[in-house]
Amino acid sequence: MSLLELTNVTLRFGGLVAVNDVSFNVEEGEVFALVGPNGAGKSTIFNMISRFYTPAEGEIKFEGKSILNWEPHEIPSQGIARTFQNIELFEQASVLQNLLVGRHTHRRSNFLADMVFTPFVRNEERVHREAVEHVIDFLDLQAYRDKMIAGLPYGVRKVVEMGRALAIKPKLLLLDEPASGLSVEETQDVAFWIEDIKKVMGITVLMVEHDMHLVGAVSDRVMALADGRMLAIGTPQEVQNDPAVIEAYLGSDDMSEDGEAA
Amino acid sequence: MDILQLIVSGLANGCVYGLIALGFVLIYKATEAVNFAQGDFMMLGAFITLGFTNEHYLGLPFWLSVCLAIAIMGMLGYLLDLIVLRRMFGQSQVAVVILTIALGFVIRFIAGAIWGHEPQSLESPIAGVELRFGGLALGMDEIWVIIITVLLTLLLYFFFARTKLGVAMQASSQNQLAAYYMGIPVKRIHSMIWALSGIVATIAGILFASKGSIDPTAGLLGIKAFAAAVIGGFGSLPGALLGGLIVGLVEPFAARYMPAGYSQIFPYLILIIMLIVRPHGILSQIQTKKV
Repeated sequence: MSLLELTNVTLRFGGLVAVNDVSFNVEEGEVFALVGPNGAGKSTIFNMISRFYTPAEGEIKFEGKSILNWEPHEIPSQGIARTFQNIELFEQASVLQNLLVGRHTHRRSNFLADMVFTPFVRNEERVHREAVEHVIDFLDLQAYRDKMIAGLPYGVRKVVEMGRALAIKPKLLLLDEPASGLSVEETQDVAFWIEDIKKVMGITVLMVEHDMHLVGAVSDRVMALADGRMLAIGTPQEVQNDPAVIEAYLGSDDMSEDGEAA
Repeated sequence: MDILQLIVSGLANGCVYGLIALGFVLIYKATEAVNFAQGDFMMLGAFITLGFTNEHYLGLPFWLSVCLAIAIMGMLGYLLDLIVLRRMFGQSQVAVVILTIALGFVIRFIAGAIWGHEPQSLESPIAGVELRFGGLALGMDEIWVIIITVLLTLLLYFFFARTKLGVAMQASSQNQLAAYYMGIPVKRIHSMIWALSGIVATIAGILFASKGSIDPTAGLLGIKAFAAAVIGGFGSLPGALLGGLIVGLVEPFAARYMPAGYSQIFPYLILIIMLIVRPHGILSQIQTKKV
């Protein structure tokens, strides 16, 4: 059984077929990347898995169970966390507080005990704080721990968002363009972290990414999409050398890897 | 020494304005809707308590009546969001504003129909007792209003800082999309915020009715509380209380030192000056968007 299975998934917006009969499986422990030009349907697939959209046809299963009747807020407690292309953080809170909100689903709440801060609550808080500190160490965020998000540079916010998703302790991490807007060095850091997320933390990663260097460096398998349809699936090399991919994604004249940098 | 008296009565009024303003800000921060019926919630909460506890009506013990009123108003707030406001999702803010203004009228007429249009006073243990030292007479009711507001503020502070629900409310106020994917049921949290502002409004109403009288039009002082929320910085909870205190303090001094009839102008004068000088209010949390 695969960790995540999409079977014949189709989604239409009015007359536009955004995702057309797409099937793929993500195996436990792999890094799986979705690539393709803008409008190919990558983000739409992401938004279906995170239950923002419901497919018109097809089935999505996580750990063998259909996820199609879950609400978006039920996703994290089932073991799926996500980041956003445009960074969605709690702006008026510190890095630490943002990561602690990631522990929400793990928090057992007792209203009165919380208010008076009983030893049990204090202990629980310590456990969450430890989990969060672990993430802070992992992503080298020590220097920003108590800084407000609103004042942080773009690259750091991107990392904080990834950290917050890790604080959820998911089985599957959905990364929506983890390297967009980052410098070359920052992108290299992201590549190292994705490797470690897979190897050290044992978390399966599904990502949408335009940067083919990053995709090639970290992905076990890649699926290329165009106009809502699957073009090719396989190792990064296989997909990059697939004639249909070169034709549709890189353009038939422009063979450069970042032909679609925008 | 009447300055001290003016300060105490100003602070007591300011506490009531501040608590109503808090209700405005709670709802606005979380749902971006402005509930113009907040003042009427206050009035309704006071009348429900009065209906339970006054001899003339049910004559239940005061504290039991307070608990019942808080429970009823909390439920009302929750159901209002669940049944009415959730359906307005995606509608323009103007539609929601008009809806809440209409709701205010409905509450006013219902209260008038049940409890009459004459001013009545709440038979509370703190009403009408005076504290005298020498020539100085301070209303015990006013001092209680201040103490209870301070306690309620502390309680709310701990609620937002420590409880799972409080943190979830803060998170969904700051970023709904992110809150969903942290596992927070944002829609239910919105209903709970409506419940919370119903509860805070009820406490404000009980305090207001304890230090004077209440009639169905009392909800109109919600407008003054709205001004207070804007002065304090719409979107800031401490700002709402601060704005309330400022408006409350200005009034008795204006009434004392200005020609008769001018005192009611002052809250709005401050509002206008504030909008010109510092449009986001004293404790604003709004920063300019970077492009």
